[in-house]
Amino acid sequence: MNSHIRSTLDTCLLLAALLVGWQVLHQIVGATALTSPAATFRHLGTLMKAEHAQLGVHVMETTRAFIFALTISYALGITLGIWLGTYRLAGAVAEPVLVALSALPKVTLFPVILLVFGLGPSSKVAFGVMHGVIPVALFVMNAIRHVKPAYLKTCHVMRLTPLQTIWTTIIPATIPEIFSGLRVGFSVTLLGVLIGEMFASKTGLGFMVINAINIADVETMMAVTLLIFITAAIANGFLLWVDHHLHRTAA
Amino acid sequence: MNSVRLIRTIFLFTCVLLLEGGVRFGLIPKRVLLPPSEMLVALMNLIMGGKVYADIAQTFLCIATSLAAAVVGGFFIGAAVHRLPRLRRALDPFFATYYAVPLFIFYPVLIAIFDLSLLPIILMGFAFSVVAMIIGTLNGLDRVPPVLMKVARVHRMSRFSTAVRLQLPAAIPHLFTGFKLAAAYSVVGVVASELILAPSGLGHAISFAYNDFDNETMYGLMLLLLIVVLVVNMQLHAWEQRLLKQWTGR
Repeated sequence: MNSHIRSTLDTCLLLAALLVGWQVLHQIVGATALTSPAATFRHLGTLMKAEHAQLGVHVMETTRAFIFALTISYALGITLGIWLGTYRLAGAVAEPVLVALSALPKVTLFPVILLVFGLGPSSKVAFGVMHGVIPVALFVMNAIRHVKPAYLKTCHVMRLTPLQTIWTTIIPATIPEIFSGLRVGFSVTLLGVLIGEMFASKTGLGFMVINAINIADVETMMAVTLLIFITAAIANGFLLWVDHHLHRTAA
Repeated sequence: MNSVRLIRTIFLFTCVLLLEGGVRFGLIPKRVLLPPSEMLVALMNLIMGGKVYADIAQTFLCIATSLAAAVVGGFFIGAAVHRLPRLRRALDPFFATYYAVPLFIFYPVLIAIFDLSLLPIILMGFAFSVVAMIIGTLNGLDRVPPVLMKVARVHRMSRFSTAVRLQLPAAIPHLFTGFKLAAAYSVVGVVASELILAPSGLGHAISFAYNDFDNETMYGLMLLLLIVVLVVNMQLHAWEQRLLKQWTGR
């Protein structure tokens, strides 16, 4: 336990060092290029206040697009993963294709998404889904492939239907791995939605950042960047914690 | 094994054929998607025309520079962090969060600091790929069998020759995995930055063609980039598998 506290302390020290580094960089390049940590936090505070309802609107837009994208990514990814995991041939055929697709720089395809879905919320949702589906499917597929054969034989002996097998055996047996997939899917979907907003959108946090840089409003840009960074880091920290917990109780 | 490959080829071929037919017969409007055959023709024309050479050269130069810096930097940072367990434990949460945070968000910050030049683009490519290399190095050094270190001690090898003659070769497969990931990430970092905001480069040319309703150029360039990435990735993957088999097989 003592070592646990010490490593947490060390992490805090590193965070502090990062803040110091930021401040030093600010001193070097000046406030027109990089605002200081204190000023950025202060500006984030004022942006969050009621009279600047703008930030609230953009946060809502991003959240809405993200929830849509995440729901679709999860539903598609899990279905695809279960299918590819249970039917060996389909999995063997699809796996290299999926791996190759997941390594492609999907940002390049953004114009295609725009042409198909047009400017607006549906293209950022589509872009988020494009990032999220494949990792979720790959994790679920691999999890199902590694279910102990004895479990599947038991299901067979008990004459469970495929749906019953999936629901009563495969899913409970693979929850920790599936959760890891959902965790990765969460961050890449968020990434996709935000990039979508940066390229082509008139709403959302990604748009706010790119708009701020276009009108040389470094303060807002830094504040929104900080907000996204902190939110993503906290969400990921929480998901990692649940992930470790699930893996530990399963082991 | 062979039948799987056959089914995969047929499947992919059918997909391309369906796409071709869908556009040719008007199911998919041509302003949205070009038929794959025309994409290929557009790509040929671009290569023959030579107008995009400068953009292509610049993008691949940025990728190569950022990747080289990330591989060298990542390796030495990784090796240093491996020697300092306390620092490593403190860094763990950072590594776990790094790729979960949308790094693109920092690109505008870099532009604000360094102006619109190649430097922010290279830095983005570096930022994307360096951590993959650090993690690969740490994994590799972790998996050096302890018996090798004992051998080194028995032979009274110096720290330097232990590192170069035992630890490095033993860690190579994992270093290569780090390199493979770093390569993929540096492409994403560079091209995405160019797409967002850049004076030139492949990403910029694609977004320019998009804004110009020039679908031929846009799809031609996309095809070019995707083919290069796919071929390089597959080659790296094949090498990685071979290395892993050689090293663990012994």
